Amino acid sequence: MNPALFIILAVIVLSSFLGVYAGRRMKMNLENWAVGGRRFGVILIWLLMAGEIYTTFTFLGASGWAYSRGAPTFYILIYGALAYTLSFFILPPIWKAGKAYGLHTQPDFFIKRYQSRWLGVLVAAIGIFSIIPYLQLQLTGLGLIVEEASNKAISSDWAIAISFVLSCAFVYTSGIKGVAWVSIVKDIMMIAAVGIVGIGVPLIYFGGFGKMFRTLIEQRPNFLAFPGGTTNMDVLWVMSTALLSGLGFYMWPHAFASAFSAKSAKTIKRNAVIMPLYQIPVLLVFMVGFTALLVIPGLKKGDMAFLALVNKTYPSWFMGFVGAAGAVTAMVPSAILVLFASTLLAKNIYQAGLNPRAKEERVMTLSRFMVLVIMVIALVFAIFFPNELVNLLILGYDGVSQFFPGVVLGLFWKRVTRVGVFSGIASGALIVSFLIISGRDPFLGMNAGFVALALNALLTVVVSLMSKPEKGGFE
Amino acid sequence: MAAILFEEVSMQKGTKLALILGAIPFVTLVFALPLVNRVKPVILGFPFLLFWILCWVVATPLFLFVAYLLEKRFNKPDQGDKQ
Repeated sequence: MNPALFIILAVIVLSSFLGVYAGRRMKMNLENWAVGGRRFGVILIWLLMAGEIYTTFTFLGASGWAYSRGAPTFYILIYGALAYTLSFFILPPIWKAGKAYGLHTQPDFFIKRYQSRWLGVLVAAIGIFSIIPYLQLQLTGLGLIVEEASNKAISSDWAIAISFVLSCAFVYTSGIKGVAWVSIVKDIMMIAAVGIVGIGVPLIYFGGFGKMFRTLIEQRPNFLAFPGGTTNMDVLWVMSTALLSGLGFYMWPHAFASAFSAKSAKTIKRNAVIMPLYQIPVLLVFMVGFTALLVIPGLKKGDMAFLALVNKTYPSWFMGFVGAAGAVTAMVPSAILVLFASTLLAKNIYQAGLNPRAKEERVMTLSRFMVLVIMVIALVFAIFFPNELVNLLILGYDGVSQFFPGVVLGLFWKRVTRVGVFSGIASGALIVSFLIISGRDPFLGMNAGFVALALNALLTVVVSLMSKPEKGGFE
Repeated sequence: MAAILFEEVSMQKGTKLALILGAIPFVTLVFALPLVNRVKPVILGFPFLLFWILCWVVATPLFLFVAYLLEKRFNKPDQGDKQ
C-alpha cells in the first residue's frame, strides 16, 4: 500500500469513527437528530457552519475558476462576506422562532409562519431537488481527489462508495452532532493543506505572491479585472451573482436549519462575527489557481489545477494528506446534505403532505430509513451517471435563493401573506428554470437567478398587499 | 412568548446603528465594483481590484464586532438570551 493511500484511508475511517462516537449514549429523537438538542456553543456552531460552507467546491472549483476564468472567481470572496453579514441580522430571529415553536427544518418555518402545510411541501420539494445535485457534486469531487491523490491506487468509484457509506453511517448513528464532530478533523486538515499549498507554491515558484501576480499581469494584463478570461462574466454579472449567492446562502435547507442547533441567539451572532475570517483560506486557494496557470498552463480541466500543481511540487505522502483533507471536506457536507434531505422527506413531505397525524417517533424512524434510501440513489447516480446531475447544480442554487423574500419578509413584515409567498416562490422557481434551460443565463448581463429573485420579491410584496391581511403563526 | 419576534425587531437604536454597519459591505463589495474594476495600481503585491475586495472582506468581521457591541450597549437586554 503506498503511503498516500494509507493516509487517505486512515483519515476517512478514523474520522467516521469519531462521528459515530459523537452519538454514543444519545437517545435519538428528532430534536437531537436534526438540531443537536439546540445545545451547540460557538465552537460547534462554527465547525458545523464552516463544515458545510467550505466544500470540495472551495478546494477544486475556486482554484479551477482562478485558473481558467481569473477575476470572476473573486465573487466567492465577496458573497461569503455578504452572507455572514446578513446572517448576523436574520439568523438570530430565525433561531428564536425555532426555539419558540420547536422547528426542526426550513419548511417547518414556512409551515408555522404562514400556517400552510402545502407551502411547506413546496419548500421541501424545491429543497430536496436542490440538495441532490449538490450532493452529487461533492461525491464526484471526492472521487476525483482521492483517485488522483492516491495515484490511482484506488478508483474514484470505490473512493466514493467507501467514504459515502461511512458518512451515512455516522449520520445514521449520531445525526447532526456527528457531522459537527467530524468537522473538527475536516477543518484542521483543510486549513493546514490550503495554508501549506497556498503560501507554499507562489513562494517556491516565484519567491512570493507579489512576484507571482507581477508575472501574471505581464503575461495576461486583463486577467485580474472583470471579465477576466471569460466573455460573459463582466462586472454586472459579478455584482448580481455575488448578491444572489450572498442572499441565497443561508436559504439552503441545511444552512438554514443549522442555526437551530445553536444554544442561544447570542451564539449565532458571535459566530457571524468570526465567520468572515474563514475567507482567508479562500484567498489562498486562488493563489494556487493563479500559480498553476503560470507553472502548468494548458490543463484541459481547470478543476484539476490544484491537484496537478500539488502533484508536481510536493512528495507523494503530502499528496496523500491533501487527498485525505479533500475526502473529509467532501464527506462533511455530504453527510449534512443527506441528513436534511432525509429529514425533509420524512417530516415535510411524508408528515406534512401525506399523513399529518404521523407520530414523531414514526417521523424519526422514517428519517433514518430515508438516509439509506438517499444513500443508495446518490451512489447509483455518482457511479453510473456521474455527469447527469452536475448541470442541475446552478438550478439548485438559484432555486433555494427564491426562499429569501418569504423568509425575510416573514420575519420582519406582518403584512406578508401565504398566497403572496406562494406566488413569489413558485414564479421565481419557474422563471429561473426557464431562463437556465433555454440557455438565457446570464440574462441581460445579470445572473438569471438574480433576475428571478427580483421578480419574485416584487410579486411577493404586490400579491401580499392585494390579498386579505392574515394572522401569521409567529404572532 | 408568541409576540416576541415582532416586538424585538421593531428598531432599537443599537439595531439601527448595526444595520448601517451591515450595509457597508454591500456598498463596497457590490455597488462600488464598477469603480474599482482595474488591475493597476498594484498595492502590497495585490492587483488593485483584489486588494480592494480583500480590504473590505477583512474589515467585515470588525464591522460586525462593532455592531455586536453597539447592540449590546444600546438595545434592551434580550429576553430569550439568558444563557
